Amino acid sequence: MKSATGSHTGTGTWLVQRATALVLALALPALAVYFLRALPADFADWQALFAPLWVRVLLLLTSAALALHAWVGMRDIFMDYVHHTGARLVLYLGVILTLAGCEIVMIMTLWK
Amino acid sequence: MKPIARPVYLNLFRIHLPLPGWVSILHRVSGALLFFALPLGVWSLSVSLSGDAGFRRMADALAHPLARLVLLGLVWAFAHHFLAGVRHLALDVHWGTELKRARQSSLAVMLVAGLVTLLAAWRLFT
Repeated sequence: MKSATGSHTGTGTWLVQRATALVLALALPALAVYFLRALPADFADWQALFAPLWVRVLLLLTSAALALHAWVGMRDIFMDYVHHTGARLVLYLGVILTLAGCEIVMIMTLWK
Repeated sequence: MKPIARPVYLNLFRIHLPLPGWVSILHRVSGALLFFALPLGVWSLSVSLSGDAGFRRMADALAHPLARLVLLGLVWAFAHHFLAGVRHLALDVHWGTELKRARQSSLAVMLVAGLVTLLAAWRLFT
Protein backbone atom coordinates (compact mmCIF):
# COMPACT_ATOMS: atom_id res chain seq x y z
CA MET A 1 0.00 0.00 0.00
CA LYS A 2 1.49 3.29 -1.08
CA SER A 3 0.92 6.24 1.19
CA ALA A 4 -0.76 9.44 0.04
CA THR A 5 2.27 11.54 1.00
CA GLY A 6 4.42 9.90 -1.66
CA SER A 7 6.66 7.68 0.45
CA HIS A 8 7.94 4.33 -0.95
CA THR A 9 7.56 5.59 -4.52
CA GLY A 10 11.12 6.88 -4.90
CA THR A 11 12.55 4.55 -7.55
CA GLY A 12 9.53 4.89 -9.80
CA THR A 13 9.53 8.69 -9.69
CA TRP A 14 13.32 8.75 -10.10
CA LEU A 15 12.88 6.72 -13.30
CA VAL A 16 10.02 8.94 -14.55
CA GLN A 17 12.30 11.96 -14.03
CA ARG A 18 15.08 10.39 -16.14
CA ALA A 19 12.83 8.99 -18.88
CA THR A 20 11.01 12.32 -19.35
CA ALA A 21 14.37 14.15 -19.22
CA LEU A 22 15.56 12.07 -22.22
CA VAL A 23 12.34 12.76 -24.16
CA LEU A 24 12.60 16.51 -23.43
CA ALA A 25 16.32 16.64 -24.26
CA LEU A 26 15.54 15.30 -27.74
CA ALA A 27 12.17 16.94 -28.45
CA LEU A 28 12.72 20.50 -27.16
CA PRO A 29 15.82 21.33 -29.27
CA ALA A 30 14.06 19.85 -32.35
CA LEU A 31 10.95 21.97 -31.70
CA ALA A 32 13.09 25.05 -31.00
CA VAL A 33 14.88 24.66 -34.35
CA TYR A 34 11.55 24.12 -36.15
CA PHE A 35 10.00 27.31 -34.71
CA LEU A 36 13.07 29.58 -34.61
CA ARG A 37 13.89 28.87 -38.27
CA ALA A 38 10.46 30.21 -39.28
CA LEU A 39 10.75 33.53 -37.39
CA PRO A 40 9.82 36.31 -37.89
CA ALA A 41 6.31 35.36 -38.89
CA ASP A 42 2.93 37.04 -39.30
CA PHE A 43 -0.23 35.43 -37.94
CA ALA A 44 -0.88 33.31 -41.05
CA ASP A 45 2.70 31.96 -41.00
CA TRP A 46 2.48 31.36 -37.25
CA GLN A 47 -0.81 29.45 -37.61
CA ALA A 48 0.62 27.42 -40.53
CA LEU A 49 3.50 26.26 -38.29
CA PHE A 50 0.94 24.46 -36.09
CA ALA A 51 -1.07 22.99 -38.97
CA PRO A 52 0.84 19.69 -39.53
CA LEU A 53 -0.51 16.87 -37.36
CA TRP A 54 2.98 15.70 -36.37
CA VAL A 55 3.77 19.16 -34.93
CA ARG A 56 0.65 19.11 -32.77
CA VAL A 57 1.18 15.50 -31.67
CA LEU A 58 4.85 16.19 -30.86
CA LEU A 59 3.90 19.34 -28.90
CA LEU A 60 1.25 17.43 -26.96
CA LEU A 61 3.57 14.51 -26.11
CA THR A 62 6.36 16.92 -25.15
CA SER A 63 4.05 18.96 -22.93
CA ALA A 64 2.87 15.75 -21.23
CA ALA A 65 6.49 14.71 -20.59
CA LEU A 66 7.20 18.25 -19.36
CA ALA A 67 4.24 18.13 -16.94
CA LEU A 68 5.44 14.81 -15.45
CA HIS A 69 9.03 16.08 -15.26
CA ALA A 70 7.98 19.34 -13.58
CA TRP A 71 5.77 17.45 -11.14
CA VAL A 72 8.63 15.23 -9.93
CA GLY A 73 11.00 18.20 -9.73
CA MET A 74 8.65 20.44 -7.74
CA ARG A 75 7.75 17.49 -5.51
CA ASP A 76 11.47 16.94 -4.79
CA ILE A 77 11.93 20.63 -3.91
CA PHE A 78 8.93 20.64 -1.56
CA MET A 79 9.99 17.35 0.07
CA ASP A 80 13.38 18.91 0.84
CA TYR A 81 12.27 22.29 2.15
CA VAL A 82 8.65 22.05 3.35
CA HIS A 83 8.48 19.74 6.35
CA HIS A 84 4.93 20.53 7.47
CA THR A 85 2.85 17.75 5.90
CA GLY A 86 -0.32 19.81 5.47
CA ALA A 87 1.50 22.71 3.84
CA ARG A 88 3.36 20.30 1.55
CA LEU A 89 0.13 18.61 0.42
CA VAL A 90 -1.41 22.02 -0.37
CA LEU A 91 1.67 22.91 -2.44
CA TYR A 92 1.52 19.52 -4.24
CA LEU A 93 -2.11 20.21 -5.06
CA GLY A 94 -1.19 23.66 -6.40
CA VAL A 95 1.48 22.14 -8.68
CA ILE A 96 -0.87 19.40 -9.93
CA LEU A 97 -3.66 21.89 -10.67
CA THR A 98 -1.23 24.26 -12.43
CA LEU A 99 0.21 21.49 -14.63
CA ALA A 100 -3.20 19.95 -15.37
CA GLY A 101 -4.49 23.42 -16.30
CA CYS A 102 -1.53 23.95 -18.63
CA GLU A 103 -2.22 20.60 -20.33
CA ILE A 104 -5.91 21.39 -20.82
CA VAL A 105 -5.11 24.82 -22.33
CA MET A 106 -2.49 23.17 -24.59
CA ILE A 107 -5.01 20.62 -25.91
CA MET A 108 -7.65 23.33 -26.43
CA THR A 109 -5.12 25.55 -28.23
CA LEU A 110 -3.79 22.81 -30.51
CA TRP A 111 -7.18 21.26 -31.39
CA LYS A 112 -9.67 24.08 -31.55
CA MET B 1 36.63 11.27 25.77
CA LYS B 2 34.66 14.38 24.91
CA PRO B 3 33.86 14.94 21.26
CA ILE B 4 35.79 17.79 19.68
CA ALA B 5 33.64 20.87 19.21
CA ARG B 6 33.61 21.44 15.48
CA PRO B 7 32.24 24.54 13.82
CA VAL B 8 28.97 23.75 12.03
CA TYR B 9 28.22 26.25 9.28
CA LEU B 10 24.65 26.15 8.14
CA ASN B 11 24.82 29.84 7.29
CA LEU B 12 24.42 29.95 3.51
CA PHE B 13 26.78 32.92 3.30
CA ARG B 14 29.56 31.07 5.09
CA ILE B 15 29.27 27.72 3.32
CA HIS B 16 31.81 27.45 0.54
CA LEU B 17 30.13 25.67 -2.32
CA PRO B 18 32.43 24.06 -4.92
CA LEU B 19 31.54 24.57 -8.60
CA PRO B 20 29.63 21.24 -9.01
CA GLY B 21 27.57 22.35 -5.98
CA TRP B 22 26.68 25.61 -7.74
CA VAL B 23 25.69 23.72 -10.89
CA SER B 24 23.47 21.49 -8.74
CA ILE B 25 21.67 24.23 -6.79
CA LEU B 26 21.27 26.35 -9.95
CA HIS B 27 19.77 23.30 -11.68
CA ARG B 28 17.12 23.34 -8.98
CA VAL B 29 16.62 27.13 -9.08
CA SER B 30 16.37 27.15 -12.90
CA GLY B 31 13.91 24.25 -12.81
CA ALA B 32 11.66 26.11 -10.39
CA LEU B 33 11.87 29.27 -12.55
CA LEU B 34 10.87 27.27 -15.64
CA PHE B 35 7.92 25.79 -13.72
CA PHE B 36 6.65 29.27 -12.83
CA ALA B 37 7.15 30.44 -16.44
CA LEU B 38 5.20 27.49 -17.89
CA PRO B 39 1.65 28.84 -17.31
CA LEU B 40 2.73 32.20 -18.77
CA GLY B 41 4.18 30.45 -21.83
CA VAL B 42 1.10 28.29 -22.40
CA TRP B 43 -1.18 31.30 -22.00
CA SER B 44 0.93 33.37 -24.43
CA LEU B 45 0.83 30.57 -27.00
CA SER B 46 -2.92 30.26 -26.63
CA VAL B 47 -3.46 34.03 -27.10
CA SER B 48 -1.02 34.21 -30.04
CA LEU B 49 -2.98 31.47 -31.87
CA SER B 50 -6.42 32.87 -30.98
CA GLY B 51 -6.48 35.23 -33.97
CA ASP B 52 -4.79 38.11 -35.72
CA ALA B 53 -5.45 40.53 -32.82
CA GLY B 54 -4.13 38.10 -30.21
CA PHE B 55 -1.03 37.44 -32.29
CA ARG B 56 -0.29 41.16 -32.59
CA ARG B 57 -0.90 41.69 -28.85
CA MET B 58 1.72 39.03 -28.02
CA ALA B 59 4.16 40.31 -30.66
CA ASP B 60 3.84 43.85 -29.24
CA ALA B 61 4.28 42.59 -25.67
CA LEU B 62 7.43 40.70 -26.70
CA ALA B 63 8.85 43.84 -28.31
CA HIS B 64 9.00 45.51 -24.86
CA PRO B 65 12.55 45.52 -23.40
CA LEU B 66 11.30 44.26 -20.02
CA ALA B 67 9.59 41.26 -21.65
CA ARG B 68 12.81 40.55 -23.56
CA LEU B 69 14.77 40.70 -20.30
CA VAL B 70 12.41 38.12 -18.77
CA LEU B 71 12.79 36.01 -21.91
CA LEU B 72 16.57 36.28 -21.62
CA GLY B 73 16.39 35.10 -18.01
CA LEU B 74 14.34 32.11 -19.15
CA VAL B 75 16.85 31.36 -21.92
CA TRP B 76 19.56 31.15 -19.24
CA ALA B 77 17.31 29.01 -16.99
CA PHE B 78 16.56 26.62 -19.86
CA ALA B 79 20.18 26.42 -21.06
CA HIS B 80 21.50 25.78 -17.55
CA HIS B 81 18.76 23.29 -16.66
CA PHE B 82 19.24 21.43 -19.96
CA LEU B 83 23.05 21.21 -19.73
CA ALA B 84 23.17 20.43 -16.01
CA GLY B 85 20.43 17.83 -16.59
CA VAL B 86 22.42 16.11 -19.34
CA ARG B 87 25.42 16.17 -16.97
CA HIS B 88 23.32 14.53 -14.22
CA LEU B 89 22.18 11.83 -16.66
CA ALA B 90 25.83 11.15 -17.51
CA LEU B 91 26.70 10.95 -13.79
CA ASP B 92 23.78 8.52 -13.31
CA VAL B 93 25.49 6.05 -15.63
CA HIS B 94 28.81 6.69 -13.81
CA TRP B 95 30.28 8.72 -16.65
CA GLY B 96 32.58 11.52 -15.53
CA THR B 97 32.29 10.89 -11.80
CA GLU B 98 36.03 11.32 -11.04
CA LEU B 99 36.57 14.58 -9.15
CA LYS B 100 38.64 16.22 -11.87
CA ARG B 101 36.22 15.42 -14.69
CA ALA B 102 33.18 16.30 -12.57
CA ARG B 103 34.73 19.73 -11.93
CA GLN B 104 35.56 20.16 -15.62
CA SER B 105 32.04 19.24 -16.73
CA SER B 106 30.47 21.62 -14.20
CA LEU B 107 32.70 24.43 -15.49
CA ALA B 108 31.62 23.53 -19.04
CA VAL B 109 27.93 23.70 -18.01
CA MET B 110 28.40 27.19 -16.52
CA LEU B 111 30.39 28.48 -19.50
CA VAL B 112 28.15 27.08 -22.24
CA ALA B 113 24.97 28.27 -20.49
CA GLY B 114 26.56 31.73 -20.19
CA LEU B 115 27.56 31.67 -23.86
CA VAL B 116 24.04 30.68 -24.98
CA THR B 117 22.63 33.52 -22.84
CA LEU B 118 25.07 36.00 -24.40
CA LEU B 119 24.09 34.89 -27.91
CA ALA B 120 20.40 35.24 -27.02
CA ALA B 121 21.06 38.72 -25.54
CA TRP B 122 22.80 39.74 -28.76
CA ARG B 123 19.86 38.39 -30.81
CA LEU B 124 17.22 40.02 -28.55
CA PHE B 125 18.77 43.44 -27.93
CA THR B 126 20.55 44.41 -31.17
